[in-house]
Amino acid sequence: MADLLVRDTPDGLYCEAGDFYIDPWRPVKRAVITHAHGDHARFGNEQYLTATDGGHVLRARLGPQTNIATLPYGETTTINGVRLSLHPAGHVLGSAQVRLEHQGEVWVISGDYKVAPDKTCQPLEIVRCHTFITESTFGLPIYRWPSHEALQQSINAWWQGNRDEGRASLVFGYAFGKAQRVIAGLDPSIGPIFCHGAVEKLNAAYRATGVDLPPTTYAGRGEGAASWAGALIVAPPSAAGTPWQRKFGDAATAFVSGWMLVRGARRRRVVDRGFVLSDHADWPGLCSTIAATGAQRVYVTHGQVGTMVRWLNEQGVDGIPLRTEFEGELDGRDEAVETAVEDSSPPKGDDLQAIP
Amino acid sequence: MQLFAECYRQLDETTKTNRKIAALRGYFAAAAPADAAWAIYFLTGRRLNRLVLMRNLRAWSAEMAELPEWLFDECYDAVGDLAETIALLLPPPEAQSHMPLHEWMQTVLQPLPRLTEPEQREALRAAWSRLTAAERFVFNKLVTGSFRVGVSQALVVRALAEVSGLPAAVIAHRLMGNWKPTAEFFQALLAPDTGAADRSRPYPFCLAHPLQQEPAALGPIETWSAEWKWDGIRAQLVRRGSETYLWSRGEELILERFPELKPAAERLPDGTVLDGEILAWRDGVLPFGELQKRIGRKNVGKKLLADVPVRLVVFDLLEWEGRDIRHEPFHSRRERLDALLPANVESRLVASPVITAASWEELAELRAGSRARQVEGLMLKRRDSAYEVGRVTGSWWKWKIEPYSCDAVLVYAQRGSGRRASLYTDYTFAAWQDGELVPFAKAYSGLSDAEIREVDRFVRQNTLEKFGPVRSVKPELVFELAFEGIQASSRHKSGLAVRFPRIARWRRDKRPADADTLETIRGLLKPDESQ
Repeated sequence: MADLLVRDTPDGLYCEAGDFYIDPWRPVKRAVITHAHGDHARFGNEQYLTATDGGHVLRARLGPQTNIATLPYGETTTINGVRLSLHPAGHVLGSAQVRLEHQGEVWVISGDYKVAPDKTCQPLEIVRCHTFITESTFGLPIYRWPSHEALQQSINAWWQGNRDEGRASLVFGYAFGKAQRVIAGLDPSIGPIFCHGAVEKLNAAYRATGVDLPPTTYAGRGEGAASWAGALIVAPPSAAGTPWQRKFGDAATAFVSGWMLVRGARRRRVVDRGFVLSDHADWPGLCSTIAATGAQRVYVTHGQVGTMVRWLNEQGVDGIPLRTEFEGELDGRDEAVETAVEDSSPPKGDDLQAIP
Repeated sequence: MQLFAECYRQLDETTKTNRKIAALRGYFAAAAPADAAWAIYFLTGRRLNRLVLMRNLRAWSAEMAELPEWLFDECYDAVGDLAETIALLLPPPEAQSHMPLHEWMQTVLQPLPRLTEPEQREALRAAWSRLTAAERFVFNKLVTGSFRVGVSQALVVRALAEVSGLPAAVIAHRLMGNWKPTAEFFQALLAPDTGAADRSRPYPFCLAHPLQQEPAALGPIETWSAEWKWDGIRAQLVRRGSETYLWSRGEELILERFPELKPAAERLPDGTVLDGEILAWRDGVLPFGELQKRIGRKNVGKKLLADVPVRLVVFDLLEWEGRDIRHEPFHSRRERLDALLPANVESRLVASPVITAASWEELAELRAGSRARQVEGLMLKRRDSAYEVGRVTGSWWKWKIEPYSCDAVLVYAQRGSGRRASLYTDYTFAAWQDGELVPFAKAYSGLSDAEIREVDRFVRQNTLEKFGPVRSVKPELVFELAFEGIQASSRHKSGLAVRFPRIARWRRDKRPADADTLETIRGLLKPDESQ
């Protein structure tokens, strides 16, 4: 019986034939990184390989001294006889699915992905394979995303309404990925856009990669609540309720996340508005992607593992749970992934500090 | 029902009181009276009784969403609310109905219980296919009867007061009792104050905040009147036009459940309204557990009347000779009450004794003896205070005795609902018995949001077994529980039932071995309290 091309080890997902790991959660020699979110791209690996589009953001996270090699989407490299290529996953800038081919078998590790296109990264590319390893963050039929256009319009309308009332608009969302997606859809004619330090650092990385974002300014000290009226400020969830927030006075607040679809999650956040925008695929997205890969065997990682495994098996596909230490979009139970970057000094050009 | 669904959305969206009132005001100003009446009906917590069986609702919506029931149940588990789960799962509507709220009520919702099950299924499917997701959510809430949207009665009253220009107290009074949600009702609700009222209508109950400071801070003891805080059922007795109405706090008429109160009530002069507490009584007040046997019994047999007799202990007079006397100072209302119900007369209606004490210290000592007297502590009422509407600071205080407490181990957790859906927040606690941990109480309140998240993480990472939505966890976490009362109970495996258990503190300093035994907890019950 052939060994599995990729298997689950205490250090992470391991391709034995190629002798490398994919998104390992303990330090290893060779790590292929699907995307630069903290639960997939961890410190301490000797060598990193990631998509070219993800180079800047990965370096921003891990530090300038890290050994990072990049590979453009679609190009193949061979590692110990295993053909490896990276394909867009549509999750965040530089996010990739890892395609592995060895002795006639094709495996694809999806990393985190979404189906809906957005302006800040390459859209998901369907990659046919025999075995598909998929995330399942929003693997329940209740999760069906509204259209991105409608959502972005409602964010702008909310911002405009707040501006007309003389209030600031404070939007909370992951500093990497979500924040840039929101910013890319804003209408800058409504007012100025400011960002928390953690967000602004990543905005710089995005722009360095060639992504077009409207002008943003670091949210420095300001002159009191009045100087923010009519502005929109983007901050990570960890900044909510901290002293940093006080300078904006009676700002209208919003949280941007797929979890906002459920009322209980919304109310728990104690913000005025919840905007349903996610970097992960919804249920229809997960199901259609899995089906489109043509995979007969599907490993399910982080999220609604039990549900998706059962569902897939009922659809005639071999669904298998796979234990990982990925956390996905954890609805605020994830303070380790999104850290509070204390607002001490603005970012200085290329000297991007690593975000721990 | 677009307007109503929109109002609901606005109420749900904000945490700020002013915005909620603005949303309500906007709705009442724009809605047709017949619709507004129904809106108020639901916003004030009234509901239509179970219209459709829950399990049918689940089955029919799962069917329409084309999902197997197990998958529907997983979704329900994650959302924590059936109405919302259904609204999220159903496909987009085929057409949008423009029927106003009151027509939905009259033509679709109210007839439901009279239909056969296949007819109900069709009616619901037809309704769902004509409602947008937002309207569907509200519609489902009305069907399931669990309409809660973070709007208190007081807010609704304030909004109506602002729309009508009437004092909030008048609106509050007009909303008491039983009324039909008709256009006429709504118009009468906002009409100028003429003083005419439905004969049965009770007054809004005056409620008390818990005393958080030293009683001496309230000032000289002479300005206050003290009574026992009775542990029974709060009730208002209305005697008008030769009719008697007994209202519970939940605004239900309950005289039929306590028929032995009728003769004394009928001897009251017309135009009398009393505020008091129904207690189980035989040579003194009996434990609440006895009264519990009478609650919910619409038909009271001879044996129950003999086993658990009741009386109404009266502590206030709100109407006298047909006149509303709530504005009179407490001591003056009390004088009239004492004249009406003299202390030395044996009756089912008795005045609550006023406790005299020379000092706050003396009063505190009396309070310490509360448990032996089967009372919850003391009530302190300012002698010059009027009878207020609702919970107002300063005139009445409740000075309860310390609750019971014990240390228990967390053994099971279940996902919460509403705000806490998808977090494990319903906890089951156990105490030791013969070397085993035996569950004896469930609680869900008392932890801070940060603690809830921490416990949730613990539950996920330390699950031993799953039984549907319930997880058993490694018995490691110890909490101090507070509760108001304990009773022996043959219905519970532990042999105990505790009243109003909640978490007082997370005892991180304690290990499971340090938790209490069932015997210790049972020992908190005084011998004469166990039945």
